[in-house]
Amino acid sequence: MSDFLLEASGVQKAFDGVPALEDGRLSLRRGSVHALCGGNGAGKSTFLNVVMGIVERDAGKILLGGREVHFRSPADALANRIAIITQELTPIRRMTVAENLYLGREPRRAGALVRSRALTRQAQALLDRLGFPVDARATVDSLSLAQIQLVEIAKAFSRECDVMIMDEPTSAIGESETEVLFDAIRSLTAQGAGIIYVTHRLSEVFRIADSYTVFRDGRYVDSGRIADIDRSYLVSTIVGRKLNRIEKQRRPTGATVLETTALSRSAEFEDISLSVNAGEVLGIYGLMGSGRSEYLNCLYGLTRAQSGKVIFRGRGLPPGSPREAIRAGLALVTEDRKETGLILSSSVRDNISLSAYPSLSRFSLINGRKVKTLVRSMIERMRIKTGSMSLPVSSMSGGNQQKVVLARCFSTEPVCLLCDEPTRGIDEGAKREIYRLLDEFVAQGGAAIVVSSEAQEVLDVSDRIAIFKSGRLVSMIDGHLSSQEDLLHLAS
Amino acid sequence: MNTQISSSVSLPARRSRAARVHQLYRRYGILAVLILLCVVLSFANQYFLTWGNIADVLRQTSINGILAVGMTYVVLTGGIDLSVGSTLALAGMVSASVVTGGHPHGVALGLLAGLTVGAAVGAVNGIVVARLAVPPFVATLGMLSVARGLTFIYNDGMPIADLPDVYLNVGTGTFAGVPVPVIVFALVVLLFWFLLRYTTYGRYVYAVGGNVKSAKTSGISTGKVICSVYLIGGLLAGLAGIVLAARTTSALPQAGLSYELDAIAAVVIGGTSLSGGSGSIGGTVVGALLIGVINNGLNLLGVSSYYQQVVKGVIIVGAVLLDVSRKKQ
Repeated sequence: MSDFLLEASGVQKAFDGVPALEDGRLSLRRGSVHALCGGNGAGKSTFLNVVMGIVERDAGKILLGGREVHFRSPADALANRIAIITQELTPIRRMTVAENLYLGREPRRAGALVRSRALTRQAQALLDRLGFPVDARATVDSLSLAQIQLVEIAKAFSRECDVMIMDEPTSAIGESETEVLFDAIRSLTAQGAGIIYVTHRLSEVFRIADSYTVFRDGRYVDSGRIADIDRSYLVSTIVGRKLNRIEKQRRPTGATVLETTALSRSAEFEDISLSVNAGEVLGIYGLMGSGRSEYLNCLYGLTRAQSGKVIFRGRGLPPGSPREAIRAGLALVTEDRKETGLILSSSVRDNISLSAYPSLSRFSLINGRKVKTLVRSMIERMRIKTGSMSLPVSSMSGGNQQKVVLARCFSTEPVCLLCDEPTRGIDEGAKREIYRLLDEFVAQGGAAIVVSSEAQEVLDVSDRIAIFKSGRLVSMIDGHLSSQEDLLHLAS
Repeated sequence: MNTQISSSVSLPARRSRAARVHQLYRRYGILAVLILLCVVLSFANQYFLTWGNIADVLRQTSINGILAVGMTYVVLTGGIDLSVGSTLALAGMVSASVVTGGHPHGVALGLLAGLTVGAAVGAVNGIVVARLAVPPFVATLGMLSVARGLTFIYNDGMPIADLPDVYLNVGTGTFAGVPVPVIVFALVVLLFWFLLRYTTYGRYVYAVGGNVKSAKTSGISTGKVICSVYLIGGLLAGLAGIVLAARTTSALPQAGLSYELDAIAAVVIGGTSLSGGSGSIGGTVVGALLIGVINNGLNLLGVSSYYQQVVKGVIIVGAVLLDVSRKKQ
């Protein structure tokens, strides 16, 4: 039997004559974790979709255990023991965890009656074996996002596949769940399965993967053993050019822009007192559920604090009104650009100008020329890649979408920018550009608060770092003198 | 994964002519259907293309058209208004009673009363949906019943006739050869097309329908926007009530029964997404005209009214099916 579970070569796929993948190659060894790396638009998703039979390939070969295969649907792939865990979570929310895990494969009596007790037992056994802290009897509704992600992962594990594809499995889960997931992955590979692991978090690649393949602009560029390379090599291979280390200088800071005293909101965060000055980036680091996003949302007026004060530029902010917050000079880049950041069905132009209409109109009548000028200057400043400003944002890559969100935020000329996971799910090149924009903003006297679950990112951008833990501010450290270990240690 | 595919498509040079033709088809597909239908009917029946018949079609379309313009706003936010038929009846009834009340400025007051009642009913819908967070389907289903009941209560289930000639002009008169209801419809279309397209308010309606959370984060008072579209829907239902009462020369308590369905059909045929965020007034106008032409054509061809309903239903679903398949491509 072949040493490789899955071998793909020369895979091509074009959509409407436009090539999305020109040369997809990948060899997955038995019992290994293989990282598939590449920026947004590198062709990773197209490649995986071809492997799973979601789209049909135009050319190329895919061998499964040495035998050429042509899957017509994901069900077809599943029947051949290939499973995928996607970023999109699609559980049935009113059903229990056990029912979700074995949907369509329930243990039955007389062919039609579900043996519920056996179902629950089987599901709990699976979760326990994987070490996932989830109750099989709970309804999915009552779970946290991280737990739902674990359930999806468990579901794929339960199918006992030879090849498992994981597309950003950790994008919704925290540090401790990631560790649990990695343990489960290791036990799976120990049994001989192979895993294709896709992530933008390069630190994970080095923690879990044995080998790697890099795609760039729809083509295979490099592959090899993780042990033979380092992080900067991988980054430059993905981006296609050498990236300089992020230079961070101490900047002179100005007056206090935003200050909260003893701000609390029950079950979210408690007694948070901190301030941010003009010309600095304040990072907030914390694990899932530490109250970091909730704190930002409350500052911005999406929720109301139960006690405490917010002073912005010397004045109290009217609570519970994003509109007033924007008017006062705040802007928020939300955690999830698709859910809360963008109007996906609308155009680039409409998204960028949405917050700025008060200054782009007179007596409510929109001044088309002003809109165009604003949008054009933003597209240039943010280096947004788009053919036309009237294209819908749904057609753009993640990195460009995130830049559109930032453009909307900058369009109201904020004094203080709140960023919640500003680089989630975007590639290394786009990340650097967003850091650059942040830096420019702060250098011109703006103040920024950046929340991130990636320790490296917080360290890269912040002058000071607030560590949140279980809804409380546990310490405030210098961003220039701290290390990843410090952050993890303080936060957990 | 869509995002990944199309990011490489964004080069303008690569947007082929086929893509542009496709976009035209997406945009004007229903219009092509309407024109085709008119061509077929003009051959099938020589009377179809006469001015008298065209004026007839337009007059019959105008009431549904006015309702459908309001419905477009509601549907664009991802909502639905099932109460417009009842609102139309209530507004027509109140308006007629004021007109016949003997006040010296009765006609003007009557028109104002009809519009006010419509707007008030719409405002209640809006508050229940936006503030009390009752799903639009349920809120307006309740109002459908309430407003109809109030219409019967208002005049003990009796119609109000003997409307003065000045008032009847709104429904039966012509101006420069064009029926007044058609002129009213045209003005409504112009005004609300402009509002949707050139004002900040119009942008906010699209944004709320596209993604209410993002709209809120962007600083839009989403509650007010949602409330306002129901108010517009009610206001236009009031206007339609006046036009209908004037055309039928009396306000009937059972007026406008199930008119909401034709209005929704016009909006949907016109390409406005029921989940909100995309659509246009132009599309709705074409949708309303298509329904009007179908009704008229079937009449001219002597198809019995029982069959007409079946044909109409099939065409509505067919039109949307066309739309769905277009968007899939």
